[in-house]
Amino acid sequence: MQLYRAHVLVCGGTGCVSSGSKKIQEAIVDELAKQNLDKEIKVVETGCHGFCEMGPIVIVYPEGTFYCQVQVDDIAEIVSEHLVKGRIVQRLLFKAPLTEEQVPSYKDIAFYRKQHRVALRNCGHIDPEHIQEYIARDGYEGLAKALTTMTPQQVIEEMKKSGLRGRGGGGFPTGLKWEFASKSPGPKKYIICNADEGDPGAFMDRSVLEGDPHSVLEGMLIGAYAIGADEGYIYVRAEYPLAIKRLKVAIAQAEELGLLGDNILGTGFSCRLHIKEGAGAFVCGEETALMASIEGSRGMPNPRPPFPAVKGLWEKPSNINNVETYANVPVIFLHGAEKFASMGTENSKGTKVFALTGKLRNTGLAEVPMGISLREIIFDIGGGIMEDKKFKAVQIGGPSGGCIPEEHLDTPVDYDSLIALGAMMGSGGLVVMDETSCMVDVARFFLNFTQKESCGKCTPCREGTKRMLEILQKICDGNGVPEDITTLETLGAVIKNTALCGLGQTAPNPVLATLRYFRHEYEAHINDKKCPAGVCTALLEYKIVAENCKGCGACARVCPVGAITGEKKEPHEIDTSKCIKCGSCIEKCKFNAIVKG
Amino acid sequence: MADNVTLTIDGQKVTVPAGITVLEAARQMGIDIPTFCHDPELSRPGACRICVVEIKGWRNLPPSCVTTVTEGMEVETESEAVVEARRTILDLLLANHPQDCMTCQKFGDCRLADYAYRYGLKKTTFVGEQTNVPVDESSAVITRDVNKCILCGKCVRVCAEIVGRNVVDFVSRGFTTKVSPALELGLGEKEAGCVSCGSCVAVCPVGALTEKNMQGIARPWEVKKVKTTCPYCGCGCNFDLNVKDGKVVGVTSNPTSVVNGRHLCVKGRFGYDFIHSSDRLTRPLIKKGGKDGDFVEVSWDEAIRHVASRLKEIKEKNGSEAIGVLSSARCTNEENYLMNKLARVALGTNNIDHCARL
Ligand SMILES: Cc1cc2nc3c(=O)[nH]c(=O)nc-3n(C[C@H](O)[C@H](O)[C@H](O)COP(=O)(O)O)c2cc1C
Ligand code: SF4
Ligand code: SF4
Ligand code: SF4
Ligand code: SF4
Ligand code: SF4
Ligand code: FES
Repeated sequence: MQLYRAHVLVCGGTGCVSSGSKKIQEAIVDELAKQNLDKEIKVVETGCHGFCEMGPIVIVYPEGTFYCQVQVDDIAEIVSEHLVKGRIVQRLLFKAPLTEEQVPSYKDIAFYRKQHRVALRNCGHIDPEHIQEYIARDGYEGLAKALTTMTPQQVIEEMKKSGLRGRGGGGFPTGLKWEFASKSPGPKKYIICNADEGDPGAFMDRSVLEGDPHSVLEGMLIGAYAIGADEGYIYVRAEYPLAIKRLKVAIAQAEELGLLGDNILGTGFSCRLHIKEGAGAFVCGEETALMASIEGSRGMPNPRPPFPAVKGLWEKPSNINNVETYANVPVIFLHGAEKFASMGTENSKGTKVFALTGKLRNTGLAEVPMGISLREIIFDIGGGIMEDKKFKAVQIGGPSGGCIPEEHLDTPVDYDSLIALGAMMGSGGLVVMDETSCMVDVARFFLNFTQKESCGKCTPCREGTKRMLEILQKICDGNGVPEDITTLETLGAVIKNTALCGLGQTAPNPVLATLRYFRHEYEAHINDKKCPAGVCTALLEYKIVAENCKGCGACARVCPVGAITGEKKEPHEIDTSKCIKCGSCIEKCKFNAIVKG
Repeated sequence: MADNVTLTIDGQKVTVPAGITVLEAARQMGIDIPTFCHDPELSRPGACRICVVEIKGWRNLPPSCVTTVTEGMEVETESEAVVEARRTILDLLLANHPQDCMTCQKFGDCRLADYAYRYGLKKTTFVGEQTNVPVDESSAVITRDVNKCILCGKCVRVCAEIVGRNVVDFVSRGFTTKVSPALELGLGEKEAGCVSCGSCVAVCPVGALTEKNMQGIARPWEVKKVKTTCPYCGCGCNFDLNVKDGKVVGVTSNPTSVVNGRHLCVKGRFGYDFIHSSDRLTRPLIKKGGKDGDFVEVSWDEAIRHVASRLKEIKEKNGSEAIGVLSSARCTNEENYLMNKLARVALGTNNIDHCARL
């Protein structure tokens, strides 16, 4: 095997690819060849590091130097300075947000320091298209251990001991689920991986599939052995072409090495895996809809029971888990259930990957131990709120979740505490909002999503979310009446109680949670016809504060409808009946004389 | 599994076979739980949620049509929460419904109107968008008013599971979800593949699918229903002739029909206009006065005697082989058997065939 003195890892995740990492990689290869270094230094294309905002990301090992936002023009410098002379290129290092201090090493960046990478253990560190790199990181050892030293029942016991709960939303104990499927009689069973990942803003499953596809295959194989399945499907949304490509490569390589297919590792256990591309309906992530979709029907949920473990794909007992769930499994078998269960809280073991978005300084993927506080995620890993604005709320669990306000930020994050707060772990979407977000508008945004994605099968979800959305729209437009709040609450409760699947049962959550914590904002919209955050245009009024106005006339010149009048050097005035609330004037005024509210 | 389970429904203890649903158990006790999407002949989607009940210890209000009874279960079918949920669901359905019951063909036999009456819902409390698409009149026999559809999906299932045509299915998502033939074709367009059997009309709980030929002719309560056997073929399907003022104005399914249940073909369900046709022969005719003579109405007696004597003559003069018998697929097996006996034994010929071969 060829030995190299240094490795240059270039991120090939979807985030970095779209910020230009392919060109960076080519440029590095060319430059190394030009300087005759290609025999000593290896370039590796990896999966996602989770810090896509800072992409394209290049890491140089053995030092672990983390270069971000690298451009093609920087490559010559990296090669001649760092790789030849051993001098770190300071200007390309990550700068700590507050101190502006440059942080040379991966491990010291605040974004990574509090993270604990289990599901993402290999992402960004190995070339996902080379099975040997996975194997070099102890890949497939967990499978070998399970197949050669354990019975299926022992595998299930180990899973139960680990305390792993499903990472796809519901948080159902994985070992127990496997046990149900294993106890279902029948010669034919299926193992299914849910890689539909439809929550807006979530991309942890994509990152795992792109960065470490074998971890998912290995997890599925251990599951297949435990339940007695000899065939499986990975349902991936077609919008993830890179993930699909890497999965295909991974399946082919694993088959070639006898780690997948017939007679795996010579143990007599056989399992084949197929990829099924989904057409991108959010509801197809719901397990019964997903199976209907694999069968070729319209993706519509079906009542449970029967649960998939009893009657699943093609009416055969099936086990379905999420990508991140499967990616955790090999670790349990490699290091033992006790080790895994030592992370996290009493009832939520291990780690969870969150997709941080919104008004945060650092956005991206962060894997943290369960039980960490929201405050640590937002302020330590996420670096706090952008532009030093005030934190207002964090929406957890995507469109099925709810907003959590400041006073609950110290709650330890786990499945049960989030539900108690009216939110949900969901797939781990975490959207941070500051004082400029209107909570009625936020609720409307999520409800608009669920209403559009409702499969239309059951009445409460199809018709009920539509009416809730219309009421929210009405409130944002300034036409709300006090009874609207009661209607939202009672209608929301009926939808939760009567909808067929999780989509409808959780769709009212964003509304109910904002009503719980930010009721005053609804009341301000309805009673005072004011949007406190200044978001709902219909409720805004633009005014010029006479004391501050110098009468420069900049606002009057930019107003597209001629709503501003005034003498030169005299305070100007806005004719609110003409104003179309475009906001142009406020941007132009140098003296902060124009206010909205 | 035990063969029977004992549970309590509305305070009454009842023992029922294991494996049946709460809805079935309630019906056995004479408790009427409303349903839209449930149909005993079709698969169970649990979609409309009007049949929800309260079960002690359960988190949600489960739909009774897909919830299996378990030992010791305590069910309330009209509790406060149940009634509130049903009223809300009806309210939501009405919010997106034309409510032109005055002229609706289904009024009087409409589940939506019946349940709105039962739960005292005068009108919807929601104001908002309504589905507004043109009524599909492309089929020769069925009027399809998507605006009245409550998306119970029964037409989809009956066409797929019983008729085997798969003509209609759900399209689109969210509030814009509709039931439609492929590519949103009209039901009458050839590519839609509809055979106009009307099974979907028979199962539709509201006025979204109605028989075109009954439109404006008769209200459901104005007609007398006369059960009869279809005259078209040997299947022997039964249905109800809908009779108003002594005239047949339509055909509707009769679920007690042994042979066919509610299902018919296009001829049985829609091909009855011959009954009152002025061209219809109701008495036998014999041509009198030679080749250029006229057909004259005669008695059955005379007609049969005429046919018998002519057949005898031909047989005597030209032999049995000169006679051929053509029977009909519209006759029953028994009638065709007798015709075969007549041909081979009485007339002595093997020249016998039937119209369906042509
Ligand atoms: C509307 C809806 C969408 C869902 N989308 C996903 C998804 O994209 N990915 C996923 O893993 N689970 C999704 N789920 C949850 C699945 O139904 C199922 O619970 C999960 O795949 C089970 O895996 P786990 O036990 O490993 O979490 C969704 C559920 C609902 C109701
Ligand atoms: S809750 Fe919504 S998404 Fe789920 S089955 Fe009902 S209509 Fe479809
Ligand atoms: S908000 Fe727009 S329309 Fe209104 S006064 Fe300012 S520039 Fe004019
Ligand atoms: S379908 Fe029923 S509720 Fe609708 S208009 Fe007709 S009778 Fe009235
Ligand atoms: S008339 Fe018959 S074939 Fe046509 S859509 Fe209805 S059930 Fe299907
Ligand atoms: S047309 Fe009738 S049967 Fe078909 S889904 Fe609509 S309401 Fe149900
Ligand atoms: S009748 Fe039970 S859900 Fe429709």
